[in-house]
Amino acid sequence: MALIRRCEERIADLCDSGEVRCPCHLCIGQEAIAAGVCSAITDDDYAWGGHRSHGHYLAKGGSPRALIAEILGRATGCAGGRGGSMHLIAREVGLLGTVPLVAATIPLAVGAALAAKLRRDPRVSVAFFGDGATEEGHFHESLNLAALLRLPVVFVCENNLYASHLELAQRHPADNLDQAGVPHGVPGHRVDGNDVLAVYRAAVAAVQRARRGEGPTLLECRTFRWRGHVGTALDLDVGVRRRDELPTWLARDPIGRARDHLAACGIAANELDRLHAEIEAEIDDAVAFGRRSPYPTPDSLFDHVYHDEKKSE
Amino acid sequence: MTARKLSYADAIREGHAQLLRNDERVFVMGQGVWSPWYAGTSLRALDQEFGRERVIDSPVAENATTGAAVGAALAGMRPIVFHPRMDFMLLAVDPIVNQAANWSYMFEGRIGVPIVVRTVINRGGEQAAQHSQAMHSWFMHVPGLKVVMPATPHDAKGLLIAAVEDGNPVLYVDDRWLYADEGPVPVEMYRVPIAAAAVRRAGRDVTIVAASYMAREAVRAGDELADRDVDAEVIDLRSIKPWDRTLVLESVEKTGRLVIADSGWTTAGLAAEIAATVAGEQFRSLKAPIARVCLPDVPAPMSRVLENVYYPSSADIVAAALDALKQ
Repeated sequence: MALIRRCEERIADLCDSGEVRCPCHLCIGQEAIAAGVCSAITDDDYAWGGHRSHGHYLAKGGSPRALIAEILGRATGCAGGRGGSMHLIAREVGLLGTVPLVAATIPLAVGAALAAKLRRDPRVSVAFFGDGATEEGHFHESLNLAALLRLPVVFVCENNLYASHLELAQRHPADNLDQAGVPHGVPGHRVDGNDVLAVYRAAVAAVQRARRGEGPTLLECRTFRWRGHVGTALDLDVGVRRRDELPTWLARDPIGRARDHLAACGIAANELDRLHAEIEAEIDDAVAFGRRSPYPTPDSLFDHVYHDEKKSE
Repeated sequence: MTARKLSYADAIREGHAQLLRNDERVFVMGQGVWSPWYAGTSLRALDQEFGRERVIDSPVAENATTGAAVGAALAGMRPIVFHPRMDFMLLAVDPIVNQAANWSYMFEGRIGVPIVVRTVINRGGEQAAQHSQAMHSWFMHVPGLKVVMPATPHDAKGLLIAAVEDGNPVLYVDDRWLYADEGPVPVEMYRVPIAAAAVRRAGRDVTIVAASYMAREAVRAGDELADRDVDAEVIDLRSIKPWDRTLVLESVEKTGRLVIADSGWTTAGLAAEIAATVAGEQFRSLKAPIARVCLPDVPAPMSRVLENVYYPSSADIVAAALDALKQ
């Protein structure tokens, strides 16, 4: 969580300074969901994300160097400078792609679970998406298809209460996203998305259920993004409600709560400080790596329109 | 290779069966695949032969079904997702265009999407505007996709196998008006190379380029023109993205006249793309204006009286070729 937080804050600095030009959707305040869920799965399991997926990438085990280089548009980025913030991949740890078309990777996650089922391997597939994605038709189609075929999918809705500028109540007549799967036979659970242990426990239960062949689960993780929809602003101008809400949610900081919990468990403060120092060093290294990396060469424009299987293996 | 006569639909079925038998990564998913008649005989009883776990009749959910096939492909499978009418496939344009077509490029070739999206042009019989559309030209526009349109039983099987083995997203478009056509089909597995057109009839006077059903009509037109002492060269494109520019350009260089026949609409279609390419690269060889034989820019009508004037046939190709020869 601390790695995600500090990485996002550093990316925000790079956005503000103009070094990063591609649109970045920061997940500051939502780190517990990516960290909690990805702690419940292995590198062999699949994960999928959307436009706000720096956290999913890092929690799944993606390299900070390749993340920063990608956002800076460098050839050493995780997608060679072709994707940017909204298109992240870390195939070696099961993150097969994050893309910004809302809800687009939900059916893809279902398909990866179908692949696992057909091969009879024990992998599960996790779809991360926001509350806005639950308004798309293919979210509901996917719940139905996954339940029908009893596929090992965990649908993780990060409900941060806003889709871009529009709050939940302006898009949903009822606050019941945890029940979205019920008509399809998919059990749902509402989870405190700012409590990493609660997220972890709910994810473990859903993953175990999936591995037992009992089908998909929907987790609605309630949270709040501290920054605006895109970029580094706070978006306090989108409604009185958001201005009032933010202080409440700042007090529910998932990292502060985890730190308090660890302290109560007897973990010494200087131990946590040491971890933070390591994280700072890793991010410093990633930024330096990105800055010194070359840009893609212009003549590479035409590469990879079609896939060459021999080159990717 | 040992060949015997098979219908176009049965050749498609045999391609599926051999793929399912030879590669455990292959599976089939889509609407109507368990039905004895939904896809003609092109998928008949595959579920009984290979099991309903690998031959999946899907809910009425084109987007999620196609998206799931994309996800399975990314996870190492070789899915064939089936849309029994192209009209309904439009509900799955996001996974086809935004996702499958872009994935290799936007992730720098780290992973490919080896998916075949099979869809059917199914028109006529007074089915009207939403049960008749041929939108293959839309998908030519998209980098990263391949689009194949077999016209013969031989190519129907060989292009399906090539598409599944290609490693890229391939739109495989077949045509119900060809399902009963019979022709020689080798018993073995074989591949028809993608992007290679076939000369169906060699000639010197005029080049006729077509794909799918209109390629069959073009062959008929070639025979009718021969009766009038016109020596037409007929090229069946087989793949429309990428398409065989070399063969078409060389033919036009020889004949100086070009008629393009397509079962889609005229504006911004397959024929427009070929015409622009030939005009741009073979202008000095042309002795007559390029002619297009396509659908008028009109939705598909219902009444048979209107259908009869709407759909072009070999007679329209003959007329266009004779007109070009007058110039």
